[in-house]
Amino acid sequence: MTQLLLFNITNGLIIGAFYVLMALGLSLILNLSSVINFAHGGFLVIGGYIAYALSPYVGFWGALLLAPPLTAIIGLIVERVLIRPLYGRDPLYSLLLTFGLAFMIEDGTRFIFGAQGKPMTVPAFLSQPLSNELFFITGYRLFMVAVVIIAIALLFLLLRYTRLGIRIRAGTLDLETVAALGINIGMLRSLNFAVGIFLAGLSGVLAAGQLGLDPTMGTGLLMPSFIAIIVGGIGSLPGTLVGGLLIGVASGLTAVFFPAASEAVIYVLMAVVLLARPRGLFGEEGMMT
Amino acid sequence: MTAIQSRKLIVLAAIWALLLFAPYWMAPLGGYTALATRVLVLGLAAMSLNFLLGFTGVLSFGHAAWFGLGAYGAGLALKYLTLSTPLAVIAGILLGGLCGAILGLLLVRRRGVYFAMVTIAFGQVFYYIAFQWSSLTGGDDGLRGFHRQPLDFGFFKLDILNNDLTFYYFVLFCFALAVGAMGFILRSPFGRTMIAIRENERRSRFLGIPIERHIWIAFTLSCFFASFAGALYALVNNFADPRGLHYSQSGDFVMMAVMGGMRSFWGPLLGAAVFVVVQDYLSSITTNWMSFVGLLFVLVVLFFPRGLLGFFQRSKA
Repeated sequence: MTQLLLFNITNGLIIGAFYVLMALGLSLILNLSSVINFAHGGFLVIGGYIAYALSPYVGFWGALLLAPPLTAIIGLIVERVLIRPLYGRDPLYSLLLTFGLAFMIEDGTRFIFGAQGKPMTVPAFLSQPLSNELFFITGYRLFMVAVVIIAIALLFLLLRYTRLGIRIRAGTLDLETVAALGINIGMLRSLNFAVGIFLAGLSGVLAAGQLGLDPTMGTGLLMPSFIAIIVGGIGSLPGTLVGGLLIGVASGLTAVFFPAASEAVIYVLMAVVLLARPRGLFGEEGMMT
Repeated sequence: MTAIQSRKLIVLAAIWALLLFAPYWMAPLGGYTALATRVLVLGLAAMSLNFLLGFTGVLSFGHAAWFGLGAYGAGLALKYLTLSTPLAVIAGILLGGLCGAILGLLLVRRRGVYFAMVTIAFGQVFYYIAFQWSSLTGGDDGLRGFHRQPLDFGFFKLDILNNDLTFYYFVLFCFALAVGAMGFILRSPFGRTMIAIRENERRSRFLGIPIERHIWIAFTLSCFFASFAGALYALVNNFADPRGLHYSQSGDFVMMAVMGGMRSFWGPLLGAAVFVVVQDYLSSITTNWMSFVGLLFVLVVLFFPRGLLGFFQRSKA
């Protein structure tokens, strides 16, 4: 029983790490630009398939290094061409546009790579289990968690200490004042968007190694990421981090006792949090309205 | 009677005439009666969403939940409880509307994108329930094993099961009831208050209007109308589909409202007609219709943000 429990908690934490990576990107874009990026799951798929297409030439490590920045560049182009005209209009429009974009990406991937799943090979030494008792902790899973932790640490360092990060944080609180101080808001939004998409691309590569690739892999991760943001509190990145891990572990634990409800439980968790604390766990007053 | 009033009356008469004779003028244009019925039902759903979006200024991106609950409510009632079509429709309306009313209490304090986000997430709850609880709902395959029943008035029967045309007029009758109620509410002082909230929420609050309560009532009414449409949709297909509860269906409804014109009462019906016909046509000529529907979303947002009616009105002015 302990082993089963441990197995599911580990599973939950690993799934939670994915939710966090997705949700942080979504949250960055939502906080600064008020854009709910429905195509975020699509960018995850793009990242995964770029890695898949590159790995025969540059190997797994090369793909891991190249795919996220390439995804970010695609994201940057999309932001420039499609999303930029919508800033300042009702957020409804960017929501609808990214919604349509998600359709196009999913269907486009299916058109190019086919509907059936593709395996992504990871280096052999990573796919070994650590020991017989802890069969569920493969090297790849540990590696994945390490990458996620490094990425999150880098993100928080970027936001805390660099000029770009400080501007993003300031812009989240009061974009008008930041603009009045002579900072190029358009550039800031583009870079912020690119950072968010970079994280989506990274999760795409990591997910490809763990689960394999298929065109719908992004959609399944999108909704839990939304819930991670809502549970953690809209406007708070640490909140998103905690929210993602929390719902990951909650669904992992439910899988032990009542497998059918393992997806539903995160919605229950969200309802409970909203009832007890309408602004989310770490949300600040005023950010919700 | 002023010129504007009489013009409005003429437009209204034209719309109803078009709807009344739809089965007759659609056939020569390559349509069929069942397509017209679907347009009516999805149009009602889009109009009920727009009741909230266009007239209260609150974006719900989870309306498929209430639509789908209406469908499952009607389907389950027909399968297990009653053989009366009207009672099944009422069961559907109650299931969707009451769930909406209860969840609405959790939602009303949020605004803008955050309202949209929380409604998406809550909408998915019902999708998962329908998906997982297969013993009751049929799971991924959807709810089957029920049929709409002929209407029995004692002295005569209306066979809405086998006669498409009769069924169209039954749906049109329901549509007229719902749309009449919507129009009546919007013309009432309550409806005026909804529009005031849309135009300037802060000012309305200072005037002493209880904003949260009004938004909750508008949301609840909108849920009731949406589940009415959903219940009718179950009758159209004799089938309830879990994908009818999914957020992508909500996206379709928002798209219909935006494409037709959010600020007009009839816009969403036009949007639904265009959307249904385009989707019907695309899925008959290509397997990649999803890409084209996605492209349609992108193009409408970039080039016709005010919708077809808004576009015509602007070019006329």
